[in-house]
Amino acid sequence: MRSVQEGPLSGEIFEEYALLSLEELSRLCAVDRTYIVELVEEGVLSVIEVASEWRFAGAALQRARAALRLQRDLEINLPGVALALELMEEIEELRRELKVGR
Amino acid sequence: MEFKDYYKVMGVARDATEAQIKQAYRKLARKYHPDVSKEKDAEARFKEIGEAYEVLKNPEKRAAYDQLGQGPRPGEDFRPPPDWGSGFEFSGAGAGAGNPDHSDFFESLFGAAAAGRRQRRGFDNGRGEDHHARVLLDLEAALHGGSRTFTLRVPEIDAQGRLISKERVLNVQVPKGILAGQTIRLAGQGSSAGAEGTPGDLFIEVDFQPHPLYRVDGRDLYLDLPVAPWEAALGAGVKIPTPGGVVDLKIPAGSHAGTKLRLKGRGIPASTPGDLYVVLQIALPAAHDEKAKAAYRAMADALPFNPRTSLGV
Repeated sequence: MRSVQEGPLSGEIFEEYALLSLEELSRLCAVDRTYIVELVEEGVLSVIEVASEWRFAGAALQRARAALRLQRDLEINLPGVALALELMEEIEELRRELKVGR
Repeated sequence: MEFKDYYKVMGVARDATEAQIKQAYRKLARKYHPDVSKEKDAEARFKEIGEAYEVLKNPEKRAAYDQLGQGPRPGEDFRPPPDWGSGFEFSGAGAGAGNPDHSDFFESLFGAAAAGRRQRRGFDNGRGEDHHARVLLDLEAALHGGSRTFTLRVPEIDAQGRLISKERVLNVQVPKGILAGQTIRLAGQGSSAGAEGTPGDLFIEVDFQPHPLYRVDGRDLYLDLPVAPWEAALGAGVKIPTPGGVVDLKIPAGSHAGTKLRLKGRGIPASTPGDLYVVLQIALPAAHDEKAKAAYRAMADALPFNPRTSLGV
């Protein structure tokens, strides 16, 4: 079955406007806030301090979700997750350079 | 229904030990994890492996599965035997929905037993679940904006309380200037939370399909531009395609292969738009006829040129 819809749905680019509190990021990742705090302490997520409160850039959502998936699916501990993400970023960067051809 | 040979999926023998099964799973899971793997069907493979492991790692489920034998002959339809499940006790049995990642085969055998397992982590607060999806987008959508139609698969619970995967067609206004890896958030397009609650949101992460002309690097675009040897050597005005239409580009005299010319602000639009880099490639005219050959010979005579000096020869 297909749902009917009038006109196109519009949304904004999440990464461009989102500034998330710890509670919001935890809710969006559907985990307890302690998981997010652990990711911050391990240096996987970086925080922006606003009036001594933690805020996260929108891009933290995909990164946190990837970290949590790796942790859960591959049973990697946090330092391992941090390492995996860093290496994956490096590979991404190399692929990019390869594609752009510099 | 298609019979799933879980031993084949995991690449282990039917008499593999628990340790061997675990080892095989770990190896395959690392290889096909959708966050790690770039293989096209990584996500499907990862789910299949997870499902196989869920059965084979559990002695009760494995014993029950083994009773089915090797499955029907190729091309034959599989149906669970009428006495299926009798004599076996599955841990954690309960009613409700299964896991949307499971195949019909798995659900028909272990659906009810697996159902109790799946519980939502985190908070509820009368708010529906968020959904996440990934789509491949044409670059033009980011360059110019516009509506695009996406077909997403979403898990849903049917009237019988069974979990099914439904197709959902969404027409979405793509925000101009979106980049690969960014997300469109559609408020209220996730799971509903009943009449009282707030529905969840839908997050659509985008990536670009390869473009026939441009390569994308963040907000910047790269275009390979073939030029004739005399255009590179003497300079020339040529026409080039850009996302905003054809423009005139001045090739400076003394250019060579790989020379990069930047057209400021002609990349992906934003408050600070990306740039378009034109990378020159020297195209050689073919020397098919006498006239062309004579022209090349005249050039060889006129130009004392050794392109291999840097090689020391």
